[in-house]
Amino acid sequence: MIALDAIPAWAAIPVAVLLIAGGSIIVVGALGLLRLPNFYQRIHGPAITVTLGTGFILLASMLFFSVLRSRVIAHELIIAAFLLMTAPVVAMMIMRAAVYRDLRAGKHDTGAASGEVYRLPRKD
Amino acid sequence: MMAALLQFSIHYVFICVLLAMLFCTLRLIAGPSAHDRVLALDTLWMCAMQLALVLGIRYASDLYFEAAMLIALLGFVSTIAMAKFLMRGEVIE
Repeated sequence: MIALDAIPAWAAIPVAVLLIAGGSIIVVGALGLLRLPNFYQRIHGPAITVTLGTGFILLASMLFFSVLRSRVIAHELIIAAFLLMTAPVVAMMIMRAAVYRDLRAGKHDTGAASGEVYRLPRKD
Repeated sequence: MMAALLQFSIHYVFICVLLAMLFCTLRLIAGPSAHDRVLALDTLWMCAMQLALVLGIRYASDLYFEAAMLIALLGFVSTIAMAKFLMRGEVIE
């Protein structure tokens, strides 16, 4: 752990705080995925794991490598931009598939399909 | 002192990410429907990416960043493919 000794205190404390916050958020989101009762509630749990938890860890990584190499390192922003673009797309695709499958299976009591609000489009 | 603080926080994040991967695996095994399993697999990809990032901080190496980016790309493509398959029954139409 030679590299960790080269980090001064003013950078080590923010990196540690960001890492601990990110880890706590990640485990909370995954716990939501495990514990919530319904699929339409469970899809909200991993959203904070993917966006906020990864965001904290990317910030910590940027700060750590910038101080370690004594120059500005910002290539973690590529992952951040990619995640901000793809996380809503993934959530929307899985949600559309789930709504479609629940409607087709006749489960009219769960989530978006409750109360006969949405119906399957008629196949001609 | 500061190295000890960093070491403690890195170990804490390791435990948190591995615990999150365990939760995702439990949901992947127990999930009642197929879209539950796809959601758990997507979260598992993202946790693997975070694990690669934290390993990069732990060993102070730039190589893990490339691995994290590749894992993010592959996770996105595989999740989209599986969601399309659940929706239509085929991936490319």
